[in-house]
Amino acid sequence: MGTDAATTASASERMAFRAARELHDGDVVFVGIGLPNLACNLARATHAPGLFMIYESGAVGAIPERLPVSIGDPSLVTDSLAVVGQADIFQCLLQRGHIEVGFLGGAQVDRWGNLNTTVIGDYANPKVRLPGSGGACEIAVHARRLLIIMRMSPRTFVERCDFVTSPGHRMNGRSRKELGMPGGGPTRIITDLGVLSFDETGEAVLTEVYAGVTPEQVKAACGWPLKVAPEVKTGASPDAAVLHLLREKLDPKRLYL
Amino acid sequence: MDKLCSMKEAIAASVHDGDSIVIDGFTHLICFAAGHEIIRQGRRNLTAIRLTPDLVYDQLIEAGCVKRLVFSWAGNPGVGSLHALRRRSEAGCAERLELEEYSHFGLLSRLQAAAAGLPFWPLDNYFGGDIARVNTNIRTVRCPYTGRELATVPALNPDVTVLHCQRADREGNAQVWGLLGSQKEAAFAAKRVVVVAEEIVPTEVIRADPNRTVVPGIIVSHVVHEPWGCHPSFVQGFHDRDNDFYVKWEDISRQPKTYQDYLEAFVHGVKDRRGYLERLEAGLLDKLRAKPRPCAGVDYGY
Repeated sequence: MGTDAATTASASERMAFRAARELHDGDVVFVGIGLPNLACNLARATHAPGLFMIYESGAVGAIPERLPVSIGDPSLVTDSLAVVGQADIFQCLLQRGHIEVGFLGGAQVDRWGNLNTTVIGDYANPKVRLPGSGGACEIAVHARRLLIIMRMSPRTFVERCDFVTSPGHRMNGRSRKELGMPGGGPTRIITDLGVLSFDETGEAVLTEVYAGVTPEQVKAACGWPLKVAPEVKTGASPDAAVLHLLREKLDPKRLYL
Repeated sequence: MDKLCSMKEAIAASVHDGDSIVIDGFTHLICFAAGHEIIRQGRRNLTAIRLTPDLVYDQLIEAGCVKRLVFSWAGNPGVGSLHALRRRSEAGCAERLELEEYSHFGLLSRLQAAAAGLPFWPLDNYFGGDIARVNTNIRTVRCPYTGRELATVPALNPDVTVLHCQRADREGNAQVWGLLGSQKEAAFAAKRVVVVAEEIVPTEVIRADPNRTVVPGIIVSHVVHEPWGCHPSFVQGFHDRDNDFYVKWEDISRQPKTYQDYLEAFVHGVKDRRGYLERLEAGLLDKLRAKPRPCAGVDYGY
């Protein structure tokens, strides 16, 4: 691999590419805006043409012609299979168990895949007020598989989230199963350095690094003592064709790349 | 009954100090014109309710109209924060905004309970996280059939819901297409409903396509004809979202001075929506106008 910008993937491009590989043809996916949206469109344009995209705003089976700027972009409506109210989205599609894959990010994630999008600091007197849950809490509860996409730093990968907006595998010592949660919980945390999976206890484990990244670098970017799998794989890098697709077709205005 | 009136009349008659209000819409059909009129009429101590409070709710906060915000996601989608909300809710703020927060499903369920005339709504949610810990309105109930524990939220009956739609007749039979958000639930939950329409059409137009009617006139108190009343939000089939404005808003709203200047120029400094539209840059509305994309006709014959 050269160092030429045309053939070297940026962090965002690697994340979108890696996330796309988690998606299978025919998966019903609850799409978030930003990199998840890009990952879904990349998967649809390559190995998963039958990916079924549902948006929180009500578009079901959407095939947006342009990259949506927001989760409620009008391009999601045009040519979609159905547009339904939000009650149908949350009750009939999500709570009823029709969503295979959910995508979330956040300001903080901990070793159990709990996510914070609510506040930094004390809830009643926060240092930073974040947007809140939106549909994230219920997506984390109900999606059969949850993919987390976040850039890594000790500030964002924390020992303990200031607030648990969206539940991961364990909360205050109790597991999803003990709490009776229907969905499967997080399966991957896709970062700008590599990929974390989860062991049988529900704890995040480093299983994959990108080319040129060492497990030590990933550990240094994590705010808790990160478990490392006995064998850490080196993930494939996006090739020139994928980069061309991402840059010229899927996000030509570079909204998210 | 003919309920057609001006925005000024509709707001004066239906929104009072201390009321709880919903100006609904999920990115789509957000009636900025109604929010601006509320600011101009100087309403105070409002409880503002919406799953996705956005720019117009932030403007109501900045203008001093709002005491309490009931919400589930507050931000400028894809761009950044709501800065009036942040200034009024972060550490060091003297004049604290009251926040009551849910996830989307929770707040939607509150409106749905009210719309159905029930005291609460059950949902399979909120296990183990902190949302239910900080909001005592979220409780649990044991299912009498299965014994399972479910989360519950109480019914929420706003005093007023403002619903923007593509077309309505003078009685308030309102038709919407594209993203539906929680408009139906918010309207049926409310004590009073103000319908704002891009077009006022004869009742025969509504009757010719009855499946598209989201709200029947029997629950509507006022009807307002306000084309472009949603800018910078969008109206499917009429105009696109002004995405450039949402990006610019980040800079305008970050500093109290530029924020107040904006409100002075585009809200207080104009008489009505027409005045607002005249202040927009020349050619902008033509640029945003939708390209036609009609669907095949539907045969309602029998």
